[in-house]
Amino acid sequence: MGKKKKMPGLNTSSTADISFMLLIFFLVTTSMDTDKGLTRRLPPPPENQEQNAVQINERNIFKVNINSVGQIMTSGAIRLECTPGDLLRLREMAKDFIKGLPHPGENQPPERSMVNVPGLGPTLCSDKHVISLQTDRGTPYAAYFAVQNELVAAYNELRDKESRERFGRPYEALNDDNKGAIREIYPQKISEAEPIDYSKLSH
Amino acid sequence: MGFKKKESREMPELSTSSLPDLIFTILFFFMMVTTMREVTLKVKFTVPQGTELEKLEHKSDVSFIYVGPPTDNLRGQFGSGTRIQLNDRYADTREVMDFVAQERQGMQDQTKQVISIKADQYTQMGVITDIKEVLRKSYALKLNYSASQRN
Repeated sequence: MGKKKKMPGLNTSSTADISFMLLIFFLVTTSMDTDKGLTRRLPPPPENQEQNAVQINERNIFKVNINSVGQIMTSGAIRLECTPGDLLRLREMAKDFIKGLPHPGENQPPERSMVNVPGLGPTLCSDKHVISLQTDRGTPYAAYFAVQNELVAAYNELRDKESRERFGRPYEALNDDNKGAIREIYPQKISEAEPIDYSKLSH
Repeated sequence: MGFKKKESREMPELSTSSLPDLIFTILFFFMMVTTMREVTLKVKFTVPQGTELEKLEHKSDVSFIYVGPPTDNLRGQFGSGTRIQLNDRYADTREVMDFVAQERQGMQDQTKQVISIKADQYTQMGVITDIKEVLRKSYALKLNYSASQRN
């Protein structure tokens, strides 16, 4: 029984290489992309076909059509291109309409009504308006997305303004109840009609 | 003058014993901030840009539908027309319904299902609208148009 032998130290010089390889493996197989996007809600499918036809008063509907090359035509035959300036104009038009001003094709403003909003009491709400968005089957997705983005921006800006006036805070900072109240004043009503296939109509 | 250079004074060796720890730290960082890529992309797409974007919160409730032309190495085989990719393969619009049902089965709260459409910005709306119609029919009503942030 001899003296205790000293254990030789494990050579760890290659640990760095091993962990480097692990690191590179993870870099290759994973993606950093944070998923962001425009959230929309689809209407439920129609129960039967006849139910589809709901008559909406002309003054309550603001039409936005996008053709197959991405040009935009709104109510009142105003033509817009898909450029930042024109899109901003579209946003302002949508905001005016949602706020209760008549859209360019009408003299009368959209109907609004007094609703007893929880937490706020009777308030004038833009509950009757509809923004109708119509695309062609050939419309580029980017143009459609840009228009959707502007319309959502119009709602967001109005809600934010309303929230600052009533609660003194931006919309995002409100609690769920107050958010719901603001949403009731400016409900998001974007209706997407079936796209028209203009190429088939001409035949 | 006075200073004489001493002969062959060796540079002390840099200690690399903490290098593995360092690399491991970077590794853990990457493991945390990234997500595993689940599917190999067979379509290429550049998502449109927007300003009113929201973050996708619960990754486990999200199913992705990719729309765009085939990637460069598959173009010879499949052409350059717009394709829909579900999981790992090209699919038809009608198959979206099965895909939605299948994805829904693995979810804890099926009402929270979100479909994220990652579509190329030059896709024609006809394709997107067809997908949306099928999604409506399969009651997958929460939709997210994937996009990148524009300032």
